[in-house]
Amino acid sequence: MLRPLIIAGRQIRSRLLLGTGKFPNSTVMARALEASGAEIVTVALRRVEFDDPQDDIISHIDQKRYLLLPNTSGARDAGEAVRIAKLARAATGWNWLKLEVTPEPNFLLPDPIETLKAAEMLIKEGFVVLPYINADPILAKRLQEAGCAAVMPLGSPIGSGRGIKTADQIRIIIQQATVPVVVDAGLGLPSHVCQAFELGADAVLVNTAVAVAQDPVKMAQAFKLAVEASLAGMEAGPMTEGDAASASSPLTGFLR
Amino acid sequence: MRIILNGNKYELAGPASIEDLLKDLGQDGSRLVVELNARIVSKENYTATMLKEGDSLEMVRLVGGG
Repeated sequence: MLRPLIIAGRQIRSRLLLGTGKFPNSTVMARALEASGAEIVTVALRRVEFDDPQDDIISHIDQKRYLLLPNTSGARDAGEAVRIAKLARAATGWNWLKLEVTPEPNFLLPDPIETLKAAEMLIKEGFVVLPYINADPILAKRLQEAGCAAVMPLGSPIGSGRGIKTADQIRIIIQQATVPVVVDAGLGLPSHVCQAFELGADAVLVNTAVAVAQDPVKMAQAFKLAVEASLAGMEAGPMTEGDAASASSPLTGFLR
Repeated sequence: MRIILNGNKYELAGPASIEDLLKDLGQDGSRLVVELNARIVSKENYTATMLKEGDSLEMVRLVGGG
């Protein structure tokens, strides 16, 4: 049996975490959330634009039903991440946080040093920290030792849809992890989700692949099914790979 | 009186609290977080907190994100 997904002492039913960015509108987002079966949904924090009566996506997320995981996107260093984290805590009324420190805009790769620094500061401030990181096993270990509630290595750059290009590194992270490992960023297809679980991941986080699909609701359902299929497959006890052929039909009674 | 609001200059006609400013902006204070000179102001202090010349305010809210 797969170990239950427990983050900061809380059992999480769905192993698919869904982001809420880039959806065409709130109605589609709400229906995609429903179809995905997700329990944890990520949100961001931005300045209010006073002249822009934007679609208020947050009012379409039932906070009794979904756990909000605010991110610190936009933070370029630990100081900015801590500031955003505190604002996010004030906005959501609770202390879970996806820590994201991405100083350069082209690949949005996380800064490992500032991420660790921010994680240590935030844990002291009482946050439940889920850091988004490059697939770096040593960093993952350092973050887990610092008291992070999970680690979230990337498969490939955010929003790229390139899938898991970091499989070997993620495998090492999983081997040494004492906290849940959530593969975050780069997943573009349901098959990428299957690969993450086959590596031994505890959960996956997806946003763009669902939000920008031609039919986001159907894609959300597809990702949910991929999670279910791959977990069932892993629980069923997969066969062992071999180098040579192994006949499925009896090797006796040939018509010769 | 001039303040900085979300990085832009903003002119206030006279003495104003955060609550007054929110009304002026047509904003529902329950949906946003206010930071005054880099310190978060709790909602119950919006009425009592008077703004001063040169104050820097940030008003932020949750949006969709990944």
